[in-house]
Order: sequence, then structure tokens, then C-alpha cells
Amino acid sequence: MAQTPPANASRRHLADAPVRVVSARASLATRLRNLVERRELLTSLISSDIRIKYKGSALGLFWSMLSPAMTLGMYYMVFSFFLKNGIPNFVIYLFSGLVVWNMFQNAVNGATGVIVDRAGLVKKVSFPREILALSNVGSAVIYFGIQLVVLAIFLLIFGHAPAWGFMWILPISFTALYLFTASVAIVMSAITVYLRDVKHLMEVALQLWFWLTPVVYSFENSLSAPLHRHGLSALYFLNPITLIVLTFQRVFYVSTTVRSTTSHAMIKILPTWPMSTYFYLNVALLGIMVLLFLAAESIFGRLEGNFESEL
Amino acid sequence: MVDVIQVEGVAKQFKIHHERHQSLKERLLHPKSGSVELFHALSEVSFNVADGETVGILGHNGSGKSTLLKCICGVLQPTSGVIRLRGSLAALLELGAGFQHELSGRDNVYLYGAMLGFSRRMIDAIFDEIVAFSELEQFIDTQVKFYSSGMYVRLAFAVAVNVNPDILVVDEVLAVGDERFQAKCIDRIRQFQEEGRSILLVTHNADTVRALCSRAIVLNSGAMIADGPVQDSLRIFREHMLEQAIEHDRSGSQSQVSIDAITTPSGSFDVRSGAGLHFDVDVTADTAYSGNFVMEVFTRAGLLVSRSAAQGAPVNLKPGANRVAVELPSIPLLDGVFDINVGIMDERGNTVIAWREQAATMQVLYDGHAGGVVELSPSIRQQ
Repeated sequence: MAQTPPANASRRHLADAPVRVVSARASLATRLRNLVERRELLTSLISSDIRIKYKGSALGLFWSMLSPAMTLGMYYMVFSFFLKNGIPNFVIYLFSGLVVWNMFQNAVNGATGVIVDRAGLVKKVSFPREILALSNVGSAVIYFGIQLVVLAIFLLIFGHAPAWGFMWILPISFTALYLFTASVAIVMSAITVYLRDVKHLMEVALQLWFWLTPVVYSFENSLSAPLHRHGLSALYFLNPITLIVLTFQRVFYVSTTVRSTTSHAMIKILPTWPMSTYFYLNVALLGIMVLLFLAAESIFGRLEGNFESEL
Repeated sequence: MVDVIQVEGVAKQFKIHHERHQSLKERLLHPKSGSVELFHALSEVSFNVADGETVGILGHNGSGKSTLLKCICGVLQPTSGVIRLRGSLAALLELGAGFQHELSGRDNVYLYGAMLGFSRRMIDAIFDEIVAFSELEQFIDTQVKFYSSGMYVRLAFAVAVNVNPDILVVDEVLAVGDERFQAKCIDRIRQFQEEGRSILLVTHNADTVRALCSRAIVLNSGAMIADGPVQDSLRIFREHMLEQAIEHDRSGSQSQVSIDAITTPSGSFDVRSGAGLHFDVDVTADTAYSGNFVMEVFTRAGLLVSRSAAQGAPVNLKPGANRVAVELPSIPLLDGVFDINVGIMDERGNTVIAWREQAATMQVLYDGHAGGVVELSPSIRQQ
């Protein structure tokens, strides 16, 4: 059998090879370093996820877009014809919020049961387990990208120009969204190992959460005034997705005040903050999300120790 | 020599729930959860594996050997203690555990490689070797769900050994595949050893350890009871298993039998090749016992030369001292040192009642020119 000289050559450096430590509790820094080291596994898992999803159907991608298209069409029908909310070009408004929500929902729904579902793998192969949850987040990001393309097509069709000057805030906003989604996904995937019915609870919670986020309605035009009167506006903004959705709507829908298609009066549908306010709020959110992600990682680290005996 | 694995005071405890509430609903309904008992799967295990060593971990079921292996691979976190690893590690805890059934063999090779921690580029370089080793050229683009179990295992093993890890960890997986593939796996492991890589092998098969390992560790109820040369560890392993078997059998009011001494009339176990050997085995029994006498002969390298039939030699032991005479009419062995193990098994030849590992060491003197282990004395003539 052929000897492999490169392998032998590399073996001489064994003495200098880094030492990996397995112990009762890995520090947060170690956990993050392991995560970065195994990024290739993350991309492999995401690509296999996507390949499995679209396997055996040339129209795979098309099918995957059909379901959000249906949701979009349904909300559009309801709020443009039956429960008229008077927002002109409502489909653009709706879609710019929905891409954000879909990313969060897809990732969290997928990740919640992922460690339980792949128990066989978790019990036999060593890798940072949160990668399983993160691979669901990764698939959702790719899906998010596809939906952004569809949104761009919509903008072209409707001849609706986005706010180019605000566009550069989106990466900050998206990073915050990614970190928040990843934090929730990681923590939920670990909790489900201990409490299996959390998966069902989460599905219900996500529905409620959806209506607490200004995707199909305008916060400024509905809840803003009553909440402000009772001094509860801050409570509404505790939901991190709200700010992200508002930022996306501000960038893609652009107008903060529009003439209602029903009453023909001017209505305020988005906060009329200047660009700097959006920027500062998003940067602050990003900062909080970084801390949240670190917290999620350490919570996962605590829960991870007993996976083997719980699965 | 660099240590590739350092295990320091590793302990692992599992919680055993007597009444388990694995859902939020049940937890809310039963706020005072059922009693929890701590099970010590491993207690204070420490050892090092040097670069290039092949170490066997022996133990019967439930001795904690798989738990130890999982801790070393990082699948389990030890409750206390530290494990330090140097170099890349590929673990075969269960072949094909990471396979995705919907994907093709090709995609799974990359995915499994990534799980073992090897980059796409590294797998690209050895992809052909992996496929050739697995002998699945025709099926590599077929979805894995259509594979037979043998094909599945072959592919997984091929990935794990061909990524050329610095440390290979193998758990009882050598018992899979057909005989030819098993031989191929053993060959690959030997090649690994020649390349100076380290192997950690977990098994309860003494023959595998004897054939492959230079050192063996014996675990019993989570504690390490031996760590040393294979011969010594195997002796402790067998004797320990025996003690437990005897303890177990006592409830069945079995008699206790022990092998005391093994002697030759001349006092020497040196014998000329082709000559005969006579030796006596002193056996003490506390009650009358009918069983079978068995013996094994091993080379120093751990090759089993011969094992007598388990039911071939009935002995009726009377209470007290007994003497069993063993006559080897002609020893066809060539030059070398051989270990003799003797034991008493029950009437059906299933259970070992008493055992003496390395009861005697026989030195065979041979002044001919043939090589190997046995003299076949072929008569060769040209026709």
C-alpha cells in the first residue's frame, strides 16, 4: 500500500500541535473558538440541508417559495380587500417586514427540535452541538436571501424605489437579526432536550409573537397612540424584531406618512425618525444582541453537559 | 515521546431518574420530581497514550469503557478531570452515525469528513482513496438509503481511516463487514501502526487486543484495575472476570476450584522441537466437581497457536487436592518462547470455572533451518 509522505511529514509537527482540552466546563472563549474552528462543518450541514430539501424535484426551489408567496398573497387579499387598512402599495410594506419575520420563524421552528431529532449524531460524533441549531439558522439566511431577490423583483414591478440613502443600515440590522435568531435557536434547541413539549409551545408562541410584530399592520397607525398614552411604548420595543422590521420597512417601503387609500387622509405608518436615530438604535440593538448571543452560548454550555443522559 | 492523549483523574456520573418527567406539562404537574440516584460510570481514571502506541481498553459490559471513550472523543463531558489531546482524532464509535440517508455516498463522504473535523480540501485530496478502499465505485453517487448495511459500514470506515488522523479511536467496530473486509480493516490498522500513529481500541475480545495492542488498560465498574503490557493486563482481566463469575455462581451453590501450580518432573519447561512434554497441574476444589480441562498455547507476540476443545477433556475433581497430568506427545513448534494458559471449564464447556493465565512459559529449542511457528515436515520431491 502506498505510504503518504505529506501525512508523515505533518506528523513530525505533532509536538507543536495545539492541545485540545476536554473537561467538565469549557470556558466561553473556548466554546467560541471551537465554533469558529468547525465553521466548515456548519457550511457542510447547511448545504446538505438545502440539498435534501430540494432533492428529487427540479422545481424544488420553486416549491419552497410557493408557501411564503401564499402567505403573502393571503395577507395581501385580507388587508387590501376585506379589512382595508388603507396602506397604498401594501404588498411592498408587507413583504419588507415578512422577509425579516420569515427568517426568524423558519430558523427557530427548525432549530427547536433539531438536537432531539439528531440524537443519534449527538451521542456518537463530537462537534460543538450548537452547530446543529446554527445550521437551521444558516438555511433560513439562505432562504432570506432568496426572498430578498423576490422583494427586489416586486420593487421593480411596482416601480417602487427603496431608500438608497438608508440601505447601509441594513447590514447592521441584519447582523442584529442573525444574532437574535441564533441566540433563540441555540437556547430553544437545548431546552427541548429537557422539556420535549416546548417544541409545541414554541409554535404557539411564535404565532403570538408574529402579531406582536408590526408586519401585517402598522404600529404607528394602530397601537402607537394607545400604548403611548399609557406609557407602554417601550414595552412594545422590547421585542427586538420590531426595530429590525421597522428598519427594513423604512428602507424598502420608504414613506413614513402616506395618503390612505380608504379615508384619503394622511396617515403616519412608520416612525418619522431621522436616519441617525435609526442608526443609533440599530447599533445599540446590535450591541445588546452580541451580549445576548454570548449569554445564549453559555446557557447552551451549561445545558449541554447532560444531553447524553437525556436523549 | 510526545503524549497524544493525557487522561487525568477523569470521572463521570450519570443521574438516574426513577420517575422521569421529560415534558413541561409533567414537570408542572409533578413539581417535586422523582428521586434521583447518582451512578458513577467512571471514577478517577488516569493514563497517557504516547505517540505511536496502540492501547487496548478491556472491560466487560458496563465497565465504563465506552463512557471513557466518549469522554476522550468529546461526545461526553467528564464530570471532573481533564483530557488533553494533541493532533487530529477520528473516532469510530458507531459507523455511519453522521450519514444523511437522503444524500449520495459522495455527499456523505464530505459531510462525515466535516463531522470528523476535516476540511473539504483535505477530503478532495483523498476522495479517490476513500472510494477505492470502500469498493463502492459504482454506488458512490447513489443515495445512502439504498445501501446495504455492509456498504454503509464500509464507506464510514473508509472515511475514518483514510483521513489519516493522528489518533484513531475504535469501539468494537471491527466485528462488522464480511471476513475479507475485516481483514482489510485490520491491515489498515497495522499500516497505521507502522506509520507511527496512535490507536485506542475498545473491545471485550482478548484476541483482538493480543493481536493489535502493545499495552492494555482494564476497566471494572468504572475504575482502572490494570494498565500495562498486554499479557499482564489480560491476566488481570481474565482473573477478574472469573472472580465475578464465581461470585455470581456462588448463589447457585457452585464449588470453588483453583489452579495452584503447574510443574514438570524435571522442573524445566525447556523442550526440543519435536520432543514430548509432560506436566502436572495441581487443582484444588472445595467440593466434588465435574468439568473439563482446557489449555491454550500462545506465542509471545500474542498469536494463539492452539486451544484445546472446551469439552475435550472431562475431569472429575474430588474435594481437596487433585492432580491433572497433561501429556503433549510431540511438540511441532519451532524455536521460540510460548505461554501456556490452563483452566477448568464447566461440563458443557460454556463457563470458565478456574483459569491461570501464563501458567507456564515453555521454551522450544530448534536447531533446524525452517522458519515460522510450526514444523509441518513436508516431504518434497520432484516429479
